[in-house]
Amino acid sequence: MKNRNVRILLAKTGLDSHDRGVRLLARTLRDSGMEVIYTGLYRTEEEVAQTAVQEDVDIVGLSMHTGAHNRAFPRLRELLDSQNAGDILVIGGGVIPEKDRQELVDAGAATAIFGPGTSTSKIVEWINKVMAARKE
Amino acid sequence: MKELGKRVLAGDIRAASRLIRNLEDQIPNTHVAIQEIFANTGNSHVIGITGAPGAGKSTLTDELIAAYRSQEKTVGVLAVDPTSPFTGGALLGDRIRMLRHAEDKGVFVRSLATRGAMGGISKAVGEGIHVMDVLGKDKIIVETVGVGQQEVEIINHAHTVIVVLVPGMGDEIQALKAGLMEIADIFIINKADRDGAGKLYKETMNMVQMSRDKYGITKGWQTPVLLVESVLEPHKFAESVTKLRDKIDEHYQFLVDHDLIADRLRRKTTAEINEALWGAILAPILEELENSGEMATMIGKSSNKEVDPYTLADEVAQKYLKERPRASEA
Repeated sequence: MKNRNVRILLAKTGLDSHDRGVRLLARTLRDSGMEVIYTGLYRTEEEVAQTAVQEDVDIVGLSMHTGAHNRAFPRLRELLDSQNAGDILVIGGGVIPEKDRQELVDAGAATAIFGPGTSTSKIVEWINKVMAARKE
Repeated sequence: MKELGKRVLAGDIRAASRLIRNLEDQIPNTHVAIQEIFANTGNSHVIGITGAPGAGKSTLTDELIAAYRSQEKTVGVLAVDPTSPFTGGALLGDRIRMLRHAEDKGVFVRSLATRGAMGGISKAVGEGIHVMDVLGKDKIIVETVGVGQQEVEIINHAHTVIVVLVPGMGDEIQALKAGLMEIADIFIINKADRDGAGKLYKETMNMVQMSRDKYGITKGWQTPVLLVESVLEPHKFAESVTKLRDKIDEHYQFLVDHDLIADRLRRKTTAEINEALWGAILAPILEELENSGEMATMIGKSSNKEVDPYTLADEVAQKYLKERPRASEA
């Protein structure tokens, strides 16, 4: 996609106030040349989906530290699909057990989930690779 | 994403946001979609909110959305934040103040990065307004980046311009300066519970009374100066913003009653034609110079004082603009 700037929405849903990771990531992605929108804390999946559609982002990054991931990711995916936004990718990060990460990706609820300890450069690399492969 | 224009006309938010994106990314042939919707534009009241970084523009916008929603008016918001001059990245953080409206179908908020534009808004704002307009939004609020003294391009796009001031930004000389302080249709002294608010109010009032006729831009409109109190007292804050809403609507009615809407439209159209000419004429030339390496050669020649920039520009004009006489012959 020549000329396209990558737009990404970073989100936290539910009663989860651990935002240090997502704020660091927001800064990192900004410094990698992306346009980053952050929802702030305590959002619903409905709010995140509508925001993603209004902002025409390429990717929603959902950060989760509460154990609610098995509900949140499928719900967000479903809401995006139902709003004609199947092409918006959902990725995740935070404290999510490896087994659950794999299951969520296998079920199609997320395209990728990055576990604790992932370096930010790895996430940037992943996004750039996936975005470069996309057409229109 | 085909037929974006038609889908926008049908009220498709996804298409609307993509169209704005295509405008931002300068995707070729995007103007076709604008051609499709252009005839249907011109129905919304466009409100510009501008002021220094941290003055409270986003928070005011949030409350203003609520005030209009209480009247069942639909609202579109274009919120502009700066692009990094180093990386091209941006953190679009205005929306975070407006998230209580995130599930409201009557509110469409779109964040934009400046992408190098200098006037306090982004190049896509003009067309973004058309898109929101066609979606049928009663009110379109354009929130500029945090501005200094000179970023006043919002006047080309808004019917009603609100300048947000906060105490502690300088002495009375600041209120006398040209630029930002001249463009307000409504002044807000925000965070009016803070020290210095009374003094700022007086200075602003003095300034406003000296420039009563606004240089013929809005003949007869007396620019009001409104005090808005701390957001930490939600009831008082909401009350102030309700007053602001009524003032904004009064201003629009004033424009209508005095046949001044056409005036503002002409200003917007002039800016748009300038922009379109730039895109149609200068942008392709710049791209070609860049791709052919000629630009690098010119920069080299000019940096080592071999040729001045004006001579170089004249040579480029010679090459591309057939009808143009040499500057030396003119």
